Amino acid sequence: MAIELKMPALSPTMEEGTLAKWLVKEGDTVSSGDVLAEIETDKATMEFESIDEGVVGKILVAEGTEEVKVGTVIAILATDGEDVSDAAPAPAPAPAESEEKAEDPADPLPVSAPEAKPRVADPEIPAGTNMVTLTVREALRDAMAEEMRLDERVFVMGEEVAEYQGAYKVTQGLLDEFGAKRVIDTPITEYGFAGIGAGAAMGGLRPVVEFMTFNFAMQAMDHLINSAAKTNYMSGGQMRCPVVFRGPNGAASRVGAQHSQNYAPWYASVPGLIVIAPYDASDCKGLLKAAIRSEDPVIFLENELVYGEKFEVAQLDDHVLPIGKARIMREGADVTIVSYSIAVGIALKAAEELAGEGIDAEVIDLRTIRPLDKEAVLESLAKTNRVVIAEEGWPTCSVASEIVALCMEEGFDHLDAPVTRVCNEDVPLPYAANLEKLALIDKDKVIAAVKKVCYR
Amino acid sequence: MAKTPSARSASSKRSPAPKASAADNKTPLDILQTEFEKDRRFKADADTLLHLYEQMLLIRRFEEKAGQLYGLGYIGGFCHLYIGQEAVAIGLQSAAEPGKDSVITGYRDHGHMLAYGIDPNIIMAELTGRQAGISHGKGGSMHMFSTEHKFFGGHGIVGAQVSLGGGLAFAHKYNEDGGLCIAYFGDGAANQGQVYETMNMAALWDLPIVFVVENNQYAMGTAVKRSSAETEFHKRGAAFRIPGMDVDGMDVLEVRQAAEVAFKYVREGNGPVLLECNTYRYRGHSMSDPAKYRTREEVQDMREKHDPIEHAKADLLKLGVEEDKLKEMDKAIRARIAEAADFAENSPEPEPSELYTDVLVEEY
Repeated sequence: MAIELKMPALSPTMEEGTLAKWLVKEGDTVSSGDVLAEIETDKATMEFESIDEGVVGKILVAEGTEEVKVGTVIAILATDGEDVSDAAPAPAPAPAESEEKAEDPADPLPVSAPEAKPRVADPEIPAGTNMVTLTVREALRDAMAEEMRLDERVFVMGEEVAEYQGAYKVTQGLLDEFGAKRVIDTPITEYGFAGIGAGAAMGGLRPVVEFMTFNFAMQAMDHLINSAAKTNYMSGGQMRCPVVFRGPNGAASRVGAQHSQNYAPWYASVPGLIVIAPYDASDCKGLLKAAIRSEDPVIFLENELVYGEKFEVAQLDDHVLPIGKARIMREGADVTIVSYSIAVGIALKAAEELAGEGIDAEVIDLRTIRPLDKEAVLESLAKTNRVVIAEEGWPTCSVASEIVALCMEEGFDHLDAPVTRVCNEDVPLPYAANLEKLALIDKDKVIAAVKKVCYR
Repeated sequence: MAKTPSARSASSKRSPAPKASAADNKTPLDILQTEFEKDRRFKADADTLLHLYEQMLLIRRFEEKAGQLYGLGYIGGFCHLYIGQEAVAIGLQSAAEPGKDSVITGYRDHGHMLAYGIDPNIIMAELTGRQAGISHGKGGSMHMFSTEHKFFGGHGIVGAQVSLGGGLAFAHKYNEDGGLCIAYFGDGAANQGQVYETMNMAALWDLPIVFVVENNQYAMGTAVKRSSAETEFHKRGAAFRIPGMDVDGMDVLEVRQAAEVAFKYVREGNGPVLLECNTYRYRGHSMSDPAKYRTREEVQDMREKHDPIEHAKADLLKLGVEEDKLKEMDKAIRARIAEAADFAENSPEPEPSELYTDVLVEEY
C-alpha cells in the first residue's frame, strides 16, 4: 500500500516550512531511519527521516519550495513493488490540531470554576472542657506526636530534628518516643531531602519535613512547586503527594536580610498547594493535625517569635480544625483588620488600643492563606465597610494585595474607604536594631491606617 | 556535633549484613563490577530473549509512530523519543517486578512505561492530549504515571526524579516491602547537585535504590566531554561509597546481567548501586533538534553497528529462531501500534470541566 509522506511539524510552533533539499530521488529504495529531505523550520534546518521501508515513487513538492504547509503530501512511498508514478499532488489537509484552532476565540470559557464547598465551622468545644496553657512550640510538637501515634505512615525528617531535639525545640522528645526510624536527622541538604520527602509521599508515606527556617526552602523550591504541587493534576488525579513542609517563616530578630522573609504570598500563588500560617497555639495544633491528615501537599508556615508565646488550648482527644477557614479573633463593628501569623498579635493589640479611642475593630485571622476564606473577609467587610490588612511581609504582590483585589472585585459596593495595606517596608530587612524596627510592621502603623480609613 | 554512642544511634543504622556493607568504608567500590566481569551477558534461552526482543521492538515502533504523529500535528509541545536506548529500560525492568519495584525517570519516559507493561493505547492517547490518556490529557509526554505498576513518572525537571526516587526507596525501606527503586537519569542530569545530595543520603541510610545513568552521550546538544569533568559516571558514586558498574547499554543481555548483579546487592540490604549504561539516541533531543552538534556518520555508525534490536536479532538467529517468526512479530507489533495510534487520534479531547479537576485531592 502506498504511503503518503506529509510535510512534518518539526517544532512546537511550526505551521509551514521550506523544503530545502531532497536527499532521495524517485526510484530510490529507502529504509527506516534514512534521511529523506532537509526541511527548514522556524527554528532550524532539520532532517526528515523515513520510518517506513519502500521505494520513493513520486516526489510531489520540488526542493526549494517555500511556505509548504504542515500536513501537505510531499511524496509517495511505494511499498510491495506497486507503481505510484501517476500520483497527483494533493491539497494540504489541515492537521488535527488546526481545525480546532479555528473556533471563535471570543467564546467565553465554556465552564466556570467549581464553587467552594459550604463553609465548615470549627468544631464546638464541649462545655466543661479543660483548658490547658501551652506554648506554640508545645502545641506543634503535640500535634506531630498525636498524629504519629495514630498513623504509622507519619514520620518527621529535617536538620537537627532528632538528636539535637529541634533547632527551635519544636520536635523535642519525638526521637525518644518514636525512635530513629520515624524521627530522622538529615544532612544539610534541603534540595535533596525535600525531594526525598516528596518522593516518600508519592510512595505512600506521610512525611512531615521540617525546614530549619523557610529561608532555606528556597534551595528546595523546585520540589515544593514542581514535584509536590503539580503531581496530582498532571497525573489526572492518580498520584498524590501528601507531604507537609513546615518550619518558621518571616522575620526573626536581628538575623539580617537572608534569614528574614515571609514566603506566604509566594506559596499562596501556586495552585495545588495548601498554605497554612496560623497564629496561636490552638490553631497551630488543630491545623497541623489537619495538615498531616490532608491528602494534599501542605506548606505550614510557623513563626519563630511566637514559638514561646502561651495560649489556652482545649484539652481534647482529637483537636483538629478545618483547613481553609478564617477565624474572627475579635468582633467589631467599625473596621475590619485582616491578618495572619505573627501580625494577628499586632492587630489585636492595635484593636485594644483603638477601642479606648472609640473605634470598634474586628480582627480576622486568615489562618489558611490558600485556599483563602473569601467569604469571611467579605462578610466582615459588609458589616464594617472598612478593611485594613496587617501583614508581616513585603507589600508588593503580597497576601494584602490579594485581599485588596478581593474587596475591589467582590465587595466594592460595601466599601466606605480605600482598602489599606499595612506591611513591612519594601526593603531587605536590615540588621541594625533601629533600622529593623523601622522596617517592620508594628501596632502604631496599624492604628494609623485604621484611623485613616475611619477618617479620624 | 559530637556523636555520643547510645542504643538509639546504634539502632538507627541497619545491622551489618553477613557480607560487607558499603557503609563500613571497607567494601571495594569495584565489588559489583568484578562480579559482573565474570560473565557480562545474561544467559537467556530463546523464549526469554525473544520476549526481550519483542519488548524492545514495541518501544521502537511506538516511538517511530509518536514521531510521525508529532509531524502530523497530533502531538504538541515537547516529545522526547527513546529510539536507540531500548535495551536499557528492557534489560533493567525485565529483572524488576511491576507493582513491587518502583521506577522513576525524566521526561524521556515512553520506553520505561512500555517496559513495565503499561497499555500503549493510553500512553499514545496522553501524547495526543485526550481524555483517555493515562493522565486524562493533563500531563502530556513528560508527565505520565501509573501508581498501579509503581511507575512514578515522567518528570520534566532535569534531575528532580533522582531525589524523588530516593523518597520512593525510603518508602520501600520504611514499609519493609522488599521492593527497590530504579531511578533513571541522563548524562545531563548527572551534573545536577541534587543527584549527589540524594546519593549521600541513600548511602547514609542504605536505601534500596539503583541509580541508572543512561549516558546517551549528549545533554541536549552538549557532548559529555564538553559538560563533565569526570565522564565515567559509574565512578561518581565513589565519594559516597556507592559501588559503580559500567555497562554496555546497547546490549540487552548485558544490561539484564548488570541488573541481576545490582538488584541482588540492593535487595540484600547493602544500600544503593550506581549503574552507568552507555547508550545512544538516534533521534534528536526533542522533536525540534537540528542535530548540528554531531555528524550524520556518527549516528549512522551507531545504527548500523550497535543497534540493540539488531544485536538481539542476531543472537536469536544464532539460537535457531526463524527469521520469518521475527518478521511476523514485527508485523503484529506494527498492527498493535497502529491500533494505539488510531485510538489516540480518535479519542475525544478532555471535557472542558477537566480544567478544574484534580488541582487538589480534597475539598476545603
